[in-house]
Amino acid sequence: MAYTAEKPPLPETPEQLRARIPGWGADLDPRDRPSVPREVPGIETGAHWDFPERQVEHSPRERSIEHGTMPPVFGTSAPLKGASGAIRRFAYERYSEGRAAHWLLLIAADRVDAVESHLTALASTRPDNLLTETGIKAEITHHGLSSRTAGKRVDVGHQALDPVIVAGPWIVAAGLTILGADALRRRIDARTARPTTSTAQGTGTGAGQQMGQQAGTAPVDPTVAAPSYQPGMS
Amino acid sequence: MRAMVYRGPYKVRVEEKEMPRIEHPNDAIVRVTLAAICGSDLHLYHGLMPDTRVGHTFGHEFIGVVEQVGPSVQNLKVGDRVMVPFNIYCGSCFFCARGLFSNCHNVNPNATAVGGIYGYSHTTGGYDGGQSEFVRVPFADVGPALIPEWLEDEDALLCTDALATGYFGAQLADIAEGDTVAVFGAGPVGLYAARSAWLMGAGRVIVIDHLDYRLEKARTFAHAETINFAEHDDIVVEMKRTTGWIGADRVVDAVGAEADGNLTQHVTGAKLKLQGGSPVALNWAIDAVRKGGTVSVMGAYGPIFSAVKFGDAVNKGLTLRMNQCPVKRQWPRLFEHIRNGYIKPNEIVTHRIPLEHIAEGYHMFSAKLDGCIKPVIVPSAA
Repeated sequence: MAYTAEKPPLPETPEQLRARIPGWGADLDPRDRPSVPREVPGIETGAHWDFPERQVEHSPRERSIEHGTMPPVFGTSAPLKGASGAIRRFAYERYSEGRAAHWLLLIAADRVDAVESHLTALASTRPDNLLTETGIKAEITHHGLSSRTAGKRVDVGHQALDPVIVAGPWIVAAGLTILGADALRRRIDARTARPTTSTAQGTGTGAGQQMGQQAGTAPVDPTVAAPSYQPGMS
Repeated sequence: MRAMVYRGPYKVRVEEKEMPRIEHPNDAIVRVTLAAICGSDLHLYHGLMPDTRVGHTFGHEFIGVVEQVGPSVQNLKVGDRVMVPFNIYCGSCFFCARGLFSNCHNVNPNATAVGGIYGYSHTTGGYDGGQSEFVRVPFADVGPALIPEWLEDEDALLCTDALATGYFGAQLADIAEGDTVAVFGAGPVGLYAARSAWLMGAGRVIVIDHLDYRLEKARTFAHAETINFAEHDDIVVEMKRTTGWIGADRVVDAVGAEADGNLTQHVTGAKLKLQGGSPVALNWAIDAVRKGGTVSVMGAYGPIFSAVKFGDAVNKGLTLRMNQCPVKRQWPRLFEHIRNGYIKPNEIVTHRIPLEHIAEGYHMFSAKLDGCIKPVIVPSAA
């Protein structure tokens, strides 16, 4: 018990453990443990240079401002591009790793990258396929239901959020597209309606009244303050 | 070549990708013969790791055959069978020269807080990974090693990260003879850490998880006692009770950023990405370890802040130890243990999946379907 000096007794003696478990105590001596001590000055690594040759930088490579110089070797996967690339470059050039803004911008850029890439793929010969890319088929081939109902798993409750995370950006993108198309349509309608409006102005009637009438809504009293938002307002 | 590519959160596919090139005189190109999906790949898959770009190829656990070498490569030749540690490192910077291979300063322009890792976002350098037919391997004279003749391919594959990391995690826990060691998480790293704790003389090893099939593996593979935290109202109280109200001497967090067990933490950390991960397991580790004890953190977390109970760690006088594993340092001793029959790495492999079906593999591993513990990927050119 913790309330006296004695350590609680162990269920098995070292001899019993050695007999039951292959290799028990093989690394009992810390000197046999490869990461003790943590630092080993002068350790043999295979390097035959003091400083590595520099890899050719084909295009300006983003880097952390906590680096004093460009490291000599770097990855070349997925170079910066598009709006996500601009956000990422800004995050690297403006904020150090010590700033939350650095990481939050990079995560935001990841979401922008996904939307950009899905839209780009729509115009390609291989658009994204949610069914195949999410691997959802495994629900059938690898016992989705019985795996989840076996035992007492605590993750089953929030797994319902996963489809929201997957489909969320698509729904948001679709919503923005619809709103944008609607706004564009109304702007075109308004321009088409201008000659009528100009005639109406000549008679001393407000343009808003005319447009509202054209849209089939009730005339607006110009002396009454407009509400902050009305469906269909542009 | 065929390669897995990321398409956004929860979406991956296999597509034709340009062959990797020799970009540096000490590069090699390796034809991948076996790869694996790591639990930490799921953080990328779920969109949790900043600067994970569409088009990036994941995979930091792989073995293969040398296909091409750069002009300055001395230690490898075409046709060699090699195992490649997940760390990319130069071998000559301030940190490498002291054995901190995972903290190399010469391979990652994107961040100074972490070294280079294959296929693990641009935050670790922007290198494509090994879930593909071919991969670029920088510093071929430093990282890769020939696979010993006697070592089976799957065992070699598991030495490239999961086994080495579990073994390293047990070392960081400072285990002394007779210590009670608790391991949170019965995934591959947790299972290997639990198995390794015995090598270091543990007196009790307790593995905690909520997946019964993984706890069963912890009993059979790691010879451990197990606790399903879902069956207890408060796992910390249960840990205190089972250790005579003292707490475990040493605790290993082998869960990381997507820990379950606290809905608020999980949703804010793993789903909404408002933290650098869900620190549920780490907080349990801090609470469940005894005063003056050690917590070894092997779970992977994102680089932004997390709601960690640091005050308790201070008040309890804990030692918190952590790092990405310097893999190659572990190999000589691990090879001895494998050869002596103390550990058989591939006993935890549950699924072998063709590269073309990797999307189903990710979903299965992510959703913990079909008793999945460790999925291995077999590229079509293997």
